[in-house]
Amino acid sequence: MPHNAKSSSHAGLNVAVLVSVGRHPLTARARRADQDARAVEMALSMSDAAVHLIHAGGNGSDNEEALRGYLGMGIGEVNLIKQSSGADVVPALINALRDTAPQLVLTGTRAETGEGSGLVPYLLAEALGWPVINGLAQVESIEQGVATVLQALPRGKRRRLRVRLPAVATVDSSAPAARQSAFGPARRGELAARACASVPDELQAQWQVQPARKRPKRLKIIKSASARDRFKAAAAKADSGSGQLLSDVSPEQGAEAIFALLKEEGVLR
Amino acid sequence: MLDTLLPILFFSALALAAIGAVRRVRLWRQGRPSPVPLIRGLAAMPRRYLVDLHHVVARDKAMSNTHVATAGGFVLAALLAIAVHGLGLDSTILAWALLAATTCMFVGSLFVAKRRRNPPPRLSRGPWMRLPKSLIAFSLGVFLVTLPTAGVLPEDFGNWFLALVLAGVVAWGLGELFFGMTWGGPMKHAFAGALHLAFHRRPERFSDKHGGEGRSTGLKALRLEDPATKLGVEKPADFTWNQLLGFDACVQCGRCEAACPAFAAGQPLNPKKLIQDMVVGMAGGSDARYAGSPYPGKPVGEHAGEPHGPIVARQGTALVDAETLWSCTTCRACVEECPMMIEHVDAIVDMRRFLTLEHGNTPNKGAEVLDNLIATDNPGGFDPGSRMHWAADLDLPLMADKHEAEVLLWLGDGVFDMRNQRTLRALVSVLHAAKVDFAVLGNEERDSGDVARRLGDEATFQSLARRNIATLEQYRFERIVTCDPHSFHVLKNEYGELGGHYEVFHHSTYFNHLLVNGKLSLRAWKGGTVTYHDPCYLGRYNGEYEAPRDVLKALGIEVEEMARSGYRSRCCGGGGGAPITDIPGKQRIPDMRMNDVRETGAELVAVGCPQCTAMLEGVVEPRAEIKDIAELVADALIVDATAESASRDEAAEKTRRAAEEVTL
Ligand code: SF4
Ligand code: SF4
Repeated sequence: MPHNAKSSSHAGLNVAVLVSVGRHPLTARARRADQDARAVEMALSMSDAAVHLIHAGGNGSDNEEALRGYLGMGIGEVNLIKQSSGADVVPALINALRDTAPQLVLTGTRAETGEGSGLVPYLLAEALGWPVINGLAQVESIEQGVATVLQALPRGKRRRLRVRLPAVATVDSSAPAARQSAFGPARRGELAARACASVPDELQAQWQVQPARKRPKRLKIIKSASARDRFKAAAAKADSGSGQLLSDVSPEQGAEAIFALLKEEGVLR
Repeated sequence: MLDTLLPILFFSALALAAIGAVRRVRLWRQGRPSPVPLIRGLAAMPRRYLVDLHHVVARDKAMSNTHVATAGGFVLAALLAIAVHGLGLDSTILAWALLAATTCMFVGSLFVAKRRRNPPPRLSRGPWMRLPKSLIAFSLGVFLVTLPTAGVLPEDFGNWFLALVLAGVVAWGLGELFFGMTWGGPMKHAFAGALHLAFHRRPERFSDKHGGEGRSTGLKALRLEDPATKLGVEKPADFTWNQLLGFDACVQCGRCEAACPAFAAGQPLNPKKLIQDMVVGMAGGSDARYAGSPYPGKPVGEHAGEPHGPIVARQGTALVDAETLWSCTTCRACVEECPMMIEHVDAIVDMRRFLTLEHGNTPNKGAEVLDNLIATDNPGGFDPGSRMHWAADLDLPLMADKHEAEVLLWLGDGVFDMRNQRTLRALVSVLHAAKVDFAVLGNEERDSGDVARRLGDEATFQSLARRNIATLEQYRFERIVTCDPHSFHVLKNEYGELGGHYEVFHHSTYFNHLLVNGKLSLRAWKGGTVTYHDPCYLGRYNGEYEAPRDVLKALGIEVEEMARSGYRSRCCGGGGGAPITDIPGKQRIPDMRMNDVRETGAELVAVGCPQCTAMLEGVVEPRAEIKDIAELVADALIVDATAESASRDEAAEKTRRAAEEVTL
């Protein structure tokens, strides 16, 4: 459903959406990636913003079909940065973003194919020196280079953030669902291919990939008499045994708290 | 004085009619080209009119007689009057013939007038209310001016005043009947209707002299080769010219409206208004002058369009609202009832195609269902590898193993639905009992494409159809049997255009064959009263009304017919993707259908379609029980013990021979 962020227009705003080739969870058929499509939807719902779609990756007819899925949402073209398979797409994306100089970069939280580490937005933000927001649910307004956005937190909570643009933001499944992709425009839209030197991902080349094993889930056994109790148990927050909520602290204090936690958990030694 | 006045009147009326005709033809020609055989069409027209059209009109006996008298009288009177008064042929015989023709027409007009005194709500009013008066004026006027010619009255009878009055009356009649015919009056239906019959987009739907029934219900494929062409109908001018001509032929009789389940349920659709809106769009203007029942909940006068403007606006209003198009269940009740042979469903699907393929605007669950069909080949988004889970214990023979069977059992997407799995199990047990050599495609089967196509997604339909055809091509079988009338229709009537030609049977028809050939023995029915619900896609789409009833009769069931049954069966509300697009109305179509069942007092309603089963079972209790014909037959099977042992012997025989082959 088209969801207009706000009636205020975003004229002159330049939004880049990084899109990837998705894969259906049951049939593994190539399709538009769900979260990336939500990112496109969010960009389209900002009235008057100029939206560019960028994809960096290998090419294959399957991939083309999947990328055309984004075109079917009413997008004129996708910038296709051709990369050899097994390339690290981050350098190519950094180049492309430097060229197009968008104020806002939207993308899904993680890809449905390939490594799917969810690190690309962070690597991009680091390289470009921009802030990064994850779990964007809505862009409320953009005024004088500052965006007011809602960030999705677990269990339907929202947090309002103000961020100075340019910024990178990731969209997860709490953002509004993507609009239908129509066959006609998908077929007519353009995949503007552009070659770019591929930087092989050496680390990944050494990896061995195998299908994940399904991990057994621990059953939560709830002994309760009434439906109300069962509902309460099901809807209850997961026990967060310990932990602390820090608010209104200085960045240093926050960093120290995180550092302490990581040490305690044995992540850092 | 009349001698000079009348020819002038007649010829100016004719001239104006000719100018009007040219203008009207130009309106139709705005549409896309569609080649038709001109001469053959025109030659076939009289038969199409006298046989096929009157076959429909004659369902209302009084109206049919009225129409024969009025129209027959008029055509004759018009020709004779042009000869006698226009050309001034002074022949007493012709004059007497003219008197007879006008009398006939006059009598007919009186009946028209009588019907218009208290018209049922389905009839349009407005200009149509003056039509009987105009008919009377013409017949009476011409009758009176002919009296002197016939020698009944002296040539110089009456005075100039009387002559003027008479000329005025004749002019009024001529205005309506000649001028109005081509300038958009009610009589337009005669002019457009005749040409529509001649150049109909589905010439195969008319009967022929050799007793051919004439049925053409499959949707026509959309050509997808050229990426540049627009898909579907966005503007009135995107229809083919003969579709536009067809819309123009509508007489606003409202038979379609009276039959339409969506209209009755209070959903914003009225097939008559839809056709009239297309006429408005073709000529340009607003619907304010429409004088019939509106779309429920949508006042007249708020919509307007033009030939090259959009029919459905992305935002705001244009000619028609999208929800009107999405309310249709594609039940074809309107097409079945339409005396002018207008193809409403084609038009609705054409417009839906544009909305889905170009706008990407399939409402409610539509987009999700289409995405599922694309990704998983079934509308529910289930794992296509789990198609046969329901039959894990049945050990069904797979085509992939057998390669060849007499019957290919097409299971349909009901395999994922627990209710329909019961029907499928029953169907399988009947086939086993009759020792039919059958096999299933198993996980190789895909959705037939029915829902995708009715939702306007022709691309997905064609993709599914092509892949299904390729799968079917690998195997040898004599016929396909299915318990899903939607798959049945698509396989039988819509795969042909894409290269798949099969002999397809609905399970009720196939059961009937088995019964006739003595392959099944059934116990007599012991339950209560039973009624039968005709699925649209079996009945109106494929003309199969008898076989299910014969099967029920073989069970010893006397069907307690509903008022709306056979070709007038009311849709269950489940077709055309209507449960997916789910446009709200005042009541639900399946509830209305269950009320029809209730009126018969039946305790059980026999159905032959998974969709109908689901819709009717969704009606709250208390209501009649719903059972598929397959279940009824399976429950009544007498499995002959001796036959069974014989078959076991046979099987043993086979294994032995196989063993011999190996040892040799
Ligand atoms: S479309 Fe056909 S049935 Fe409906 S009003 Fe017109 S002529 Fe009558
Ligand atoms: S096909 Fe059925 S639902 Fe659709 S307009 Fe005709 S009568 Fe109404």
